[in-house]
Amino acid sequence: MTELFLRTIFAENLALSFFLGICTFLAVSKRVETALGLGLAMIVVQAITVPINHMIFQGFLIEGAWGWLGLPEVDLSFLKLISFIGVIAAIVQILEMTLDRYAPALHRALGIFLPLITVNCAILGGSLFMVERRLSLPESMVYGAGSGIGWALAIVTFAAIRERLRYADAPQGLRGLGLAFVVTGLMSMGFSAFVGVPSP
Amino acid sequence: MRKTPLTAPLIDQNPITVQILGICSALAVTTAMATALTMSLALIAVLVASSVVISLIRRHIPASIRLVVQITIIASLVIVADQVLRAFAYEMSQRLSIFVGLIVTNCLVLGRAESYAMRNPVWPSLLDGLGNGLGYALVLLIVAFLRELLGTGALFGVQVLPTVAAGGWFQPLGFMLLAPSAFFIIGGMVWAIRSLRPGQAEPDEFVLRTGRQEVAR
Repeated sequence: MTELFLRTIFAENLALSFFLGICTFLAVSKRVETALGLGLAMIVVQAITVPINHMIFQGFLIEGAWGWLGLPEVDLSFLKLISFIGVIAAIVQILEMTLDRYAPALHRALGIFLPLITVNCAILGGSLFMVERRLSLPESMVYGAGSGIGWALAIVTFAAIRERLRYADAPQGLRGLGLAFVVTGLMSMGFSAFVGVPSP
Repeated sequence: MRKTPLTAPLIDQNPITVQILGICSALAVTTAMATALTMSLALIAVLVASSVVISLIRRHIPASIRLVVQITIIASLVIVADQVLRAFAYEMSQRLSIFVGLIVTNCLVLGRAESYAMRNPVWPSLLDGLGNGLGYALVLLIVAFLRELLGTGALFGVQVLPTVAAGGWFQPLGFMLLAPSAFFIIGGMVWAIRSLRPGQAEPDEFVLRTGRQEVAR
């Protein structure tokens, strides 16, 4: 479990080694505070949706899930995309309303990021990887939390680097987006060094 | 060259290097030409179909739930594409892993639906979808060409440069097959395009003073 947790944060970082959520990663990383807000929202949503999608997949969609109704050969797993997206959108909506009701301060801080997260491929990708790697329920909880933390870690460090880069005297055409890609590449190289680190 | 919905997205409004849309799936599938081509075809099919469908029913979608409607249409189309791929090219669908499914959250498809297909008639929307799909495919194929050629010395799995292991002269660069190389290649492409067309460069947030500066009094 600890090994899975650390591996999803560092060696198999969703943003830096699977390129998931890179659009948001590049767009919302100009300031550390906004990056931190998005990162926190990402951790919360990822830690909730991956286990819930796991239960839905095992309970309704996987081949043989309807055996108790006398329909053992029904295989609805092709519906996983549309049901996962529905679950993610619903959970983001519920989370937004709950935060608005019980934690208005937190809602103000995270509010604008929550809708963005619905179409973030890291969230859907996390759920799809959970299915593809056949994780169990406890494993999927650890995987959800770990991948969210990994993504948040990547975007916060990236935003910190980017804040300094604004003062750099880079070639004209490379400024902004080009430099952001190069820096992400360098960070990705750094994180790929974790692959060889033995886990405790 | 007159700018039409079809030709503008190829370079001037390229979805990846200018609009920064759809990068997520673009990088992961570019280790080989074959996967990049399959992914491009799947994305073009989904993008054109979703543009046409959304443009057809654009007057009937209530504004408050338009995102849900768009996502549902796109997700259904992606499921069809995924199933077709599984039926006719199972090997390839295994190599593409989850990335065909991730077309659902590809910002490019939703972005074009929201910003173009919702406001324009069917025919221009179709051209816009096709143009953006081709622009995406162009970037994907260039990146995949560089990565596969330099990483393995092959194109579409056919050996072009004889490798050292097979008695030739070409030493494959293993680094090209790892994740960071894709970022560097796209960064380089953005640099090249912006140097050729300076209009695309972002304005500086801070202007550096050059030359002899007056000492503050």
